[in-house]
Amino acid sequence: MYDKTVRRRRAVLGLLVACSLILLTAYFGESGSGVLHSVQRGTSEILSPVQEGASRALKPVRDLFGWFGDTIAAKGQVEDLRKERDRLRTELAQTEVNSADLDRLSKLFELDGALGIEDLGPQTGRVIFQSATVWYSTIRVDKGAEDGVRVGHPVINEEALIGRVTNVFGGTAQVTLITDTTTKVPVRAGREQAFGIVEPASAGNPTDMVMKFTQPNAKIGVGDRVVTRGTEPEDHAASRYPVGLPVGQVSRIEHEGTDTQEIHVRPYANLRSIDFVQILTRPRGANG
Amino acid sequence: MTALSPQLLLRLAALGMLGVVVQTAAISQLPIAGANADLSPLLVMAVGLLCGSLAGGAFGFGVGLFTDVVSLQTLGISSLVLLAVGYGAGRLREARDPEGTLVPLAVGAAATLAFGVGFAVMQFLLGVDAPVSWALLRQLLATLVINALLALPLYALVRRCLHGAMPDDPRRRRRRAYTTGGLSPLSRGPEIRR
Repeated sequence: MYDKTVRRRRAVLGLLVACSLILLTAYFGESGSGVLHSVQRGTSEILSPVQEGASRALKPVRDLFGWFGDTIAAKGQVEDLRKERDRLRTELAQTEVNSADLDRLSKLFELDGALGIEDLGPQTGRVIFQSATVWYSTIRVDKGAEDGVRVGHPVINEEALIGRVTNVFGGTAQVTLITDTTTKVPVRAGREQAFGIVEPASAGNPTDMVMKFTQPNAKIGVGDRVVTRGTEPEDHAASRYPVGLPVGQVSRIEHEGTDTQEIHVRPYANLRSIDFVQILTRPRGANG
Repeated sequence: MTALSPQLLLRLAALGMLGVVVQTAAISQLPIAGANADLSPLLVMAVGLLCGSLAGGAFGFGVGLFTDVVSLQTLGISSLVLLAVGYGAGRLREARDPEGTLVPLAVGAAATLAFGVGFAVMQFLLGVDAPVSWALLRQLLATLVINALLALPLYALVRRCLHGAMPDDPRRRRRRAYTTGGLSPLSRGPEIRR
């Protein structure tokens, strides 16, 4: 009797391990339109209303926790924000002068850089789901194909660029955040608008990104703003991210002035706590 | 080993689905000290401790698969790691039958650690080219602490949910062995008197 029980237990264990490995191998080997991916998307779509309902029902609990967290965090941020305000006041005066010049230059060269967010077809969505592990920096929002959302559309929140759409369903879409290890964003920074690529510095750290492939002599300093470049670095074709979307701020520079310099960027957006987002459904503007 | 009755299977399925939906829709969006609680390893640990290795392993596989499906993650990773967690917790129950009040806390922390490390190893084996950062280790540690605090109430909740469907409760079994299996002084009374 005991032997039979042990044999049965081991057989079930072996069967489940084999199932996991077969699923893993098959999923990893097939394309995005394969059977397992389709089944996964179908199931996910069926469960979306349940998740949306649960997300709405549990919002008061999230808000309560958020209030405690925000109050504690806000105390620590007051001093930093005062310094930031003083610096921005100085910059504002300079920016107003530059802005007038930029308007004239934009008209002159017909640059797309003067696009406002309204021209980019923003669709405001609520976050209904967030990946449970730090290895997948993804969220799900309640806007999908029915709202004009397509794969590749950039996504922002009230602070900055946060990611891009990677899967679209009828009424929902999956957004991969800029802190996911697969994300690379062409950006520019500094007084001379030096180009580079921003990617996560390490897995599981939503507050630290690194700007790579900058020129060693690029004039970039701590505190400089990092914004999207608007073009791809290889062929200068239009990027999926419109020009000028804020990404973050330079926090420190390692090996400065060398070929291996690493410019660390702190994202403006608090990627641990996102409630509402805007999907830019016309990333090339009204005429794009 | 606990037999998997239809009633127990139904309750486990409902518990697993509810746990994953609450985790993804609410708990994942509640950052505490820069990390989130992760209910999956705790649920699997509790089922393993209460129902044994077969139910624990199968429940871990199911919860992992459901998590991978709804999160659009690579299928098979969570199910493989949680299967090991559930089986391990179940074997602990079958081999040692621990009865301390704080056992779920210690096993919950161990299950969280095993899940975190196992998931990370799988990711690196599958070719994620990101370095391990202190932030990741800090986050793993924070999740471990939060989960350890949640382990006892969650274990009690799971026990309550499965109450009545478990045919062979470890403590009841031990009590029965004590009172009817010749260990009790009451049953050995006649022999002692003789």
